[in-house]
Amino acid sequence: MTEIGLSHYLAVAAILFTIGVFGIFVNRKNVIILLMSVELLLLAVNINLVAFSSYLGDLAGQVFAMFVLTVAAAEAAVGLAILVVYFRNRGNISVEDVNLMKG
Amino acid sequence: MLQVITFWILASVTVLSAFFVVAARNPVRSVLWLILAFFSAAGLFVLLGAEFLAMLLIVVYVGAVAVLFLFVVMMLDVDFTELKQGFLSYLPFGALVSIVLATELIIVGNAWTEANVVVPAGASATPEGVSNVEALGMLLYDDYAYFFQAAGLVLLVAMIGAIVLTLRHKPHIKRQNIAEQVGRDRKTAVTMQDVKSGEGLGE
Repeated sequence: MTEIGLSHYLAVAAILFTIGVFGIFVNRKNVIILLMSVELLLLAVNINLVAFSSYLGDLAGQVFAMFVLTVAAAEAAVGLAILVVYFRNRGNISVEDVNLMKG
Repeated sequence: MLQVITFWILASVTVLSAFFVVAARNPVRSVLWLILAFFSAAGLFVLLGAEFLAMLLIVVYVGAVAVLFLFVVMMLDVDFTELKQGFLSYLPFGALVSIVLATELIIVGNAWTEANVVVPAGASATPEGVSNVEALGMLLYDDYAYFFQAAGLVLLVAMIGAIVLTLRHKPHIKRQNIAEQVGRDRKTAVTMQDVKSGEGLGE
């Protein structure tokens, strides 16, 4: 408890990742919360990358965390754009109604 | 000692706010909790010595992504209480899977740390007397230059995609067609008509 090591950061990232997965499980209807849960997952991965990069003395991990950040930003932008279009067409954002293509 | 206290504060705030992101009833509050989670995670990054990524996290996530979420949440006029239904029905299963997942991940992390696996020395260590930002910049613009360009392309495609998705042409709205305006000449713009007296031009 008195010294912070790599495993502490890994534990924080693990709990954060789990909360993200939990959010996807329980918020089955609200797409906005689903997207936020995905952001939490990516944040957990970033914490892992940065922690390993710091404790192993290799900066490549931080470069990768930066690329993950880029992809996360792109994903949020496109995801929210799809959400807005979907809301325009249907008037709600419930995931369970996404069965337009069902035959 | 201060470092240890700071870590525990930042870690607990990150985890708690992340939990409230998925548990909050009001999505606007969810977004605000998300901002807090990102902010404390940025603090953790500073503790790890990754100052540039910490600043990037605040600029990109808090400044852009979270505000985008907030914007969309406030723009969509949705009855959010209805969307919260089914929360309790999935709760037991979700909690079970989550607890198993967290335990496994933490066990693996601890075991890996305990085992003291010898990792080959990193190919890109921070040089002596160079700040984090400078070292990261040298690495990014030398070794990872092509990946950096590819990341830029990803953002470009995402931007174009978002614009194409949300752009809509309403019918019955008059728009300027600049090429048509500029391409007009005398032949298409002026016609000579013989007007008979007392009848007017007609159509």
